[in-house]
Amino acid sequence: MTAATDSTRTIVTGSKAIPRDRRPGSRNREQLVSWAFLAPFLIAFALFLVWPIIHGIILSFTDQSLTGAGGAFVGFANYAEALSDPKMWQSMGNTVWFTLLSTVPLVLIALVMAALVDRGLPGQWLWRLSFFMPYLLASTVISQIWVWIFNPQVGAANNILKALGLEPIAWLQNPDTNMLSIVIATVWWTVGFNFLLYLAAMQNIPPQQYEAASLDGAGPWRQFWSITLPQLGPATVLILILQILASLKLFDQAYQMLGGVASDTTRSIVQYIYEAGFVSYRFGYSAAISYVFFALIVIIGVAQALIMRGKKEQQL
Amino acid sequence: MMSSATLTRTETITTAKARGPRRSHVPGQKPFGPLRVVAFIVLALMAIGWLLPFLWAVATAFKTETDAASGDPGWIGASGPTIEAFTAILSQGNVYTWALNSLLTSVAITLITLTISALAAYAFSRLDFTGRKWLFVVIIASIVVPPQVLIIPLFYEMLAFNLVDTYWGLILPQVVAPAMVFILKRFFDAIPIELEDAARVDGAGRLRIFWSIVLPLSRPILASVAIFVFIGAWNNFLWPFLVINDTTLMTLPVGLQTVISAYGVQYAQVMAQAVLAALPLIVIFIIFQKQIVKGVATSGFGGQ
Repeated sequence: MTAATDSTRTIVTGSKAIPRDRRPGSRNREQLVSWAFLAPFLIAFALFLVWPIIHGIILSFTDQSLTGAGGAFVGFANYAEALSDPKMWQSMGNTVWFTLLSTVPLVLIALVMAALVDRGLPGQWLWRLSFFMPYLLASTVISQIWVWIFNPQVGAANNILKALGLEPIAWLQNPDTNMLSIVIATVWWTVGFNFLLYLAAMQNIPPQQYEAASLDGAGPWRQFWSITLPQLGPATVLILILQILASLKLFDQAYQMLGGVASDTTRSIVQYIYEAGFVSYRFGYSAAISYVFFALIVIIGVAQALIMRGKKEQQL
Repeated sequence: MMSSATLTRTETITTAKARGPRRSHVPGQKPFGPLRVVAFIVLALMAIGWLLPFLWAVATAFKTETDAASGDPGWIGASGPTIEAFTAILSQGNVYTWALNSLLTSVAITLITLTISALAAYAFSRLDFTGRKWLFVVIIASIVVPPQVLIIPLFYEMLAFNLVDTYWGLILPQVVAPAMVFILKRFFDAIPIELEDAARVDGAGRLRIFWSIVLPLSRPILASVAIFVFIGAWNNFLWPFLVINDTTLMTLPVGLQTVISAYGVQYAQVMAQAVLAALPLIVIFIIFQKQIVKGVATSGFGGQ
């Protein structure tokens, strides 16, 4: 490698321009070097991302089974079935419902946490540990902890309800409350990520602005509303996008907290993809649902991009 | 050839960038105003609320099975604290195998991801080649593809390569991280080109420059990316759950999950397991808190 690029020596110009040898062949050499640097990533990218995307589309037009049977071209049959499959729409609805229920507290609580920690109160290390630590735990661990807390007979959640004089609830076993239970566990688990994003955004605000405001007699409350909050716009948009995309991918904790049992009120779209492919062995059908889900994510992404562009133009 | 002036300037730039703005306190505030006391109390209550679920788990893990199942809400069981549940878990052997599998595969995923992403990011940042722009756009666009959408074709591919139930089947599909290429490229872009020019005058090749100039200057971002990739790999559930069926090849999250159904009523043991599995990550967080906090900021905003 060293020998190959030897000829690209150049005289120091002191300018910012990329030094480039003008002798013929050096450009070809740079091409070669470039592709050598790119090759390991590109091979992995092609094998484990690009090809699966293409192959998934091909599979979605076949009746391929996990057992190896099938594989005949069936046209749009899988997509037609998916769009008229009540279970598909139900899991799509559950996913959207979970996203709505989880996104609001995950953004608001994170904002409150960050605003309080950003005041520079003593114990910074402890606040960060308490709020962010759950995010580092595996879905298995948090599921085990919350299944225990939500245990209808001896769990801590019902102990609290009893202490407050309320009726105990069969949290995860009751179809009316199982989605709510998953939302509570998820908020506890992942709010720390948004909290750190908000905290980083708040710490980017120049301290001089607060100094000037406090000279003008603005208290902390006023400072938060007129300095901090208005400058969190871009961070909030980003956190919202990341949160919605993350919530739409619900599977791990919902699947494990219900012990792998499929519940009509919590089955997410990713869980339905899993069930169609790995429980019913219908790879072709599962691939088709995957792309319906992907389409939903792209539509939401494009909508968000359009809204953001609209906002930017308004500002200009 | 490198003038010491340039070097110092660059060092200040990179370290300043790495540390980011920090302020120890919000200026212009009385240290103990009433609002501050209220804020402190609210914060403390929230922190307790966030720590409680984990503390309950720890408390249960130190109870006997009878005490845990009794429903007595006390922190310490009637028979006093015991490490019975921990010894029962650790004597089963599988936990060690799963922890070792998790460690091996997570380290491998981190090293491979970091190597291939940094090499590609350097090419996009510094080298001139045909198709550079559109290739970069394609890679950035692929960030939106949710990995969950690809489980069917990826599993099919692993079947074809005979990689189902192998370490490589677990590792390889997890090493493609387009977002990391983007984050690293952005960092490399900020390194002054003059540093490399000087080395090139001395006849250093691209790989040498990359290895001995760019990488050492990028240590903070490499650490952030590495910690992030490692935690993601260590905690990943869906892919290892699908591709591994052999109990001896399972990672910790997947292995523990199979045990819950086996003895779901033994609460103390399940909680002891959860605490043991959580411990390494809590230790990692306590050691690398600064890098992790900064890593979340850079990686999170990397999606912008």
